[in-house]
Amino acid sequence: MPELSALGVALGALTAAALLAALLRGRVLALVYPVCAAAAGLIAIVDLTVLLGGGDLKAALPIGLPAIGLHLRLDALSAFFGIVVNGGIVAASVYGMGLDADHDLTPRVEPLFPLFAAAMNLVLVADDAYAFLLSWELMSLASWALVLARHTDPESQRAAHLYLVMAAIGTAALLFAFGGLAGPAGGYAFDTIRAHHPAPLVAALILTAALVGCGSKGGLVPLHAWLPLAHPAAPSHVSALMSGVMTKVAIYGFVRIALDLLGPPSWWWALPPIVLGAVSAVLGLLYAVLDRDLKRVLAYSTIENVGVIFVALGLALAFRANGKNEAAAVAMAAGLLHVLNHSWFKSLLFLGAGAILHATGRRDLEGLGGLIHRMPRTAFFCLVGALAISALPPLNGFVSEWLLFQAVIAAPELPQPALQFASPAVGAMLALAAALAAACFVRVYGIAFLGRPRSLEAANAHDVPLIQQAALGGLALLCVLGGLLGSVLTWAIAPVLRALVDGALPAGDGPTPLSLVAFDPARSIYDAPILALFITISSLATAFIVHRVSERRTRRAPAWDCGFPDPSPATQYTAASFAQPLRRVYGALAFSARDTVEMPPPGDLRPARLSVVLVDHLWRIFYTAPGRMVLAVSLRLNVLQFLTIRRYLVLMFGALVILLSIAAVTT
Amino acid sequence: MTGHDMTGSLLVQFLAQGVQMTLVLLISPLAVGVVRRVKAVLMRRQGAPLLQAYRDLVKLVRKEAIVAESASWLFRTAPYLIFALTWVAAALVPSFASGLMFNWAADVVALVALLGAARALLALAGMDVGTSFGGIGSSREMMIATLAEPAMMLIVLTLAIAAGTTRLAGVADFFIAQPFAVRVSMALSLIALLIVALAENARIPVDNPITHLELTMVHEAMVLEYSGRHLALIESASHLKLVLYFSLLVCLFAPFGMAPAAAGLAGWLVGLLAWIAKIMLCAALLGVWEVSIAKMRVFRLPDFLGIAFVFGFIAILLAFLSRGVLA
Amino acid sequence: MNGYDISHLLAGAMLVTSFALLYQDRIAAVLNAFAMQSITLALAVAWAAWSDDRPDLYITALIALALKGIVIPLALHRTVERLGIHHSVEKVVGVGVALMVGLALTGLAQALVVKVASGTASHAREQLALALAIVLLGFLMMIVRRNAVTQVVGFMSMENGLILAATGARGMPLVVEVSVAFSVLIALFVFAVFVFRIRERFDTVDIEALDRMRGDSR
Repeated sequence: MPELSALGVALGALTAAALLAALLRGRVLALVYPVCAAAAGLIAIVDLTVLLGGGDLKAALPIGLPAIGLHLRLDALSAFFGIVVNGGIVAASVYGMGLDADHDLTPRVEPLFPLFAAAMNLVLVADDAYAFLLSWELMSLASWALVLARHTDPESQRAAHLYLVMAAIGTAALLFAFGGLAGPAGGYAFDTIRAHHPAPLVAALILTAALVGCGSKGGLVPLHAWLPLAHPAAPSHVSALMSGVMTKVAIYGFVRIALDLLGPPSWWWALPPIVLGAVSAVLGLLYAVLDRDLKRVLAYSTIENVGVIFVALGLALAFRANGKNEAAAVAMAAGLLHVLNHSWFKSLLFLGAGAILHATGRRDLEGLGGLIHRMPRTAFFCLVGALAISALPPLNGFVSEWLLFQAVIAAPELPQPALQFASPAVGAMLALAAALAAACFVRVYGIAFLGRPRSLEAANAHDVPLIQQAALGGLALLCVLGGLLGSVLTWAIAPVLRALVDGALPAGDGPTPLSLVAFDPARSIYDAPILALFITISSLATAFIVHRVSERRTRRAPAWDCGFPDPSPATQYTAASFAQPLRRVYGALAFSARDTVEMPPPGDLRPARLSVVLVDHLWRIFYTAPGRMVLAVSLRLNVLQFLTIRRYLVLMFGALVILLSIAAVTT
Repeated sequence: MTGHDMTGSLLVQFLAQGVQMTLVLLISPLAVGVVRRVKAVLMRRQGAPLLQAYRDLVKLVRKEAIVAESASWLFRTAPYLIFALTWVAAALVPSFASGLMFNWAADVVALVALLGAARALLALAGMDVGTSFGGIGSSREMMIATLAEPAMMLIVLTLAIAAGTTRLAGVADFFIAQPFAVRVSMALSLIALLIVALAENARIPVDNPITHLELTMVHEAMVLEYSGRHLALIESASHLKLVLYFSLLVCLFAPFGMAPAAAGLAGWLVGLLAWIAKIMLCAALLGVWEVSIAKMRVFRLPDFLGIAFVFGFIAILLAFLSRGVLA
Repeated sequence: MNGYDISHLLAGAMLVTSFALLYQDRIAAVLNAFAMQSITLALAVAWAAWSDDRPDLYITALIALALKGIVIPLALHRTVERLGIHHSVEKVVGVGVALMVGLALTGLAQALVVKVASGTASHAREQLALALAIVLLGFLMMIVRRNAVTQVVGFMSMENGLILAATGARGMPLVVEVSVAFSVLIALFVFAVFVFRIRERFDTVDIEALDRMRGDSR
């Protein structure tokens, strides 16, 4: 099979690139990115042929656990996620090719980059629990090392530490989940797991473990705390991979377990992903909209998008459990397309953040501004990304959002009251998240690119090399095309939908061949090409007519600003002031936000001070409290380190006797 | 009833759609004129002539445009895009007939999102020059949108539960076919939609369209730097948006008179007259409303839009009940 | 437009006034909302009397209209005026939170009624769900508002919900009806005395003041 050998060659090339870069360093480091781009491109082509052509690729390697070996398989689901992952890798690698060979390349990043890419691809093709966990762990470790790229920075150290802890918890949970799936017989191959269905209670435990394992990697609230620290700590093109792509591997894990391996779903499986997803969507953006660090805002918004995807997956489970396969296909298509779309616009925005960082050396929004004049192309591509991530038509973010809303609107047809009542609540939360996303990205874009420069660095910024602009431009083009050709994408993922939920979206039923139809053209329809056509025609026609009729002169003059223009850029609205209304409306509830104004008495020359206190309740409840508990317990258990040998023997003997007596009683 | 009905007379459909687009564009300044006139009469003012809004637009288009020195290309292209987005969105709402071509192009979810795109562009344009007022307007506008959109989603959900579709024409057809009845869920949705419409159109009590008191401006603050043809386009877009929401209200809650999908020219004419009458009635009622209430402080708005949210939610719960799906 | 629609409309309107009670932050507005609720209740009961042909319900409607629609709100208005406490209501939680909890309670009421009364006719079930929601919202109001007057209103609103439920249940005899009405009247009387006493002693109608008296709030 040529596809299989191509896959092997590509993975081999990635491994070789990692090894050679680690050993030889120097000039070889610059070669990593072209190799990665080529290898990932090759894998993406293989994935595409498998997705569209059907027919799984299978391989078994004689390494791994004895008597099991290492099973690899590329089916439609893996292929779809493979396209997402490798698309992101190609974009990040092309961006990486533009890095300055003398300043930007270090042996701390470049050898790990192909390793990280290879590990993510391996997770997708793993066909037994052993291979899955092994490559999952490899992916975690590679990304952890990449987070430590600036290892002297205390923030990076803290981020890496937290990430390591969370990754360990996540992998432990997955280990538990696969243990449950394999059952007492210990069939770790996915085929064996699929064949037998666990008892309801066991299934609940497995689902919880999968949600913890995959949710912690994807950043589902309350397991998100590491993500906004770790993702921005890495170099920007690696951040793009972590946020845009690695979170998708986490989602792949959940889809694989919950919709494929675990057997026919029960309706209540849907509730945890829907509830946690909706909460993540809203909270992620509330964090994002209040943050000042450009890359951290993007990382928080990843939490939102992962939440949105989990809502879609939960709805798919709910519909599937009730035999409503058509609706399940709508929800699943929404989830999968959002996976694809998010990987595009989030990679685009992170690479854009990298460009800004490169051009100005600043990540702090308060020091940016006016970059649209200095970096026109980057600014244009980032505008596309910002509008796409805000789910605005006719760009790609809205396609998946629209499908998801259609699924939410169909949810009242479910027979279970809990799911029916969830539908308006979740719908409102998703609408809130969409509106907050628009607010968040208007803020980010408006502060960073528009207005007047707030610092010298921003005033003297210069655009990035052409090849990096090309990476941004390619992703921006995908965002536009994905928005217009949503119906083509839903057609392309039809094999995945059939495999997972045994349903499909109606294709070609609409009035025009490219209109997107969720259930029935009479019920809901969205025709992006027609809308885009009419918007284009009417804006061009308007521009033509207005320019014919009007006085065509345009005069440049100082800003009006109600008659009191102030030349100082400091009088502009800042990121913090833009967020102030949102902080007052939502912050009080979510973060117990409190403003205190310290106003010196008249005559006093001290400046007035406004201080804002925000409390991260999730951190307090889910991290500080358990951390203290672990510390307290370990202090108690510390005594065990200082016992005499005889006492240790007593402990061991006691344990042995207890276990033996349990065995005697139970068998 | 599927999309294939329309292919038969594509040209007629195209023309009818063109008529609708021209119609909403032409009638929108008149609706604004009616609102202003009613307000003036009720306040015992002389008031501007009914057609003043048209004259304003013509005058603005012909004047020279002044662009701030710190403005970028975004500032100059945004008005055209905002105008086009709002215009297409306004043409998506069924006005005089329910079977037009655009009714097969987008449902109400997409309609709301198109308006969201126009809003985001306007907010960005407000921040482009880099003044404090532009920032105030943009930030408040986006905050108001976060309050209005969840309520809007709930309204859409209620309508979808009742009519089984999110296509506006489908909803209108459904209600035309039903015998008249006052349903609590529909009444609550109507109130919720009225509140959302006031917020979206920057009307009192959310925002005052005629204010130029700096600290209370929302919409006006964003467009402060615009002049000439750019301002004309933005003003026209806001007129279009007003007519859009009027059309939406009458299409969803008072669709009688609208020509059904298979109607001929005579039906369209009746529908057209009914639509114009209803739009003008809405405009007059808005005028009465605006003189009888004061503008709210910005941070009272969560409470005001919260009413829309709560009513929308109760409406859904009641719709669940009356549909009897909980059985 | 049939009878079923109208009773549904009236019960739904009562639910809306329940939310209005939670939403208002001035005592006079709370009292007006309560009067609205009681008048709507009277209409709902009268409609049930007419459509089901049960003349005894007219008496119930009359009691609701006269006592709770007119007399009690007027009396409370006067009390508030005499005490000079017509300013804003003391709240334990914000309006937003209270409303969200209220929505959740309404959902809960519906889910519960579906479980419990699955055998009954759909009309009675809806009435019961709405009535239960009104009762729960009245209870919620007593919890989240600290002012003694609004507590009285919350209590009366709960009673409104009970009467609505009884009307739908088709079988509550008039005697029970009258005795409930009187017990409520007595309760109101007790409350009124209570409010005056607190006011005399503590110069406020904030019921937190009572905790200080008991000495168990630090």
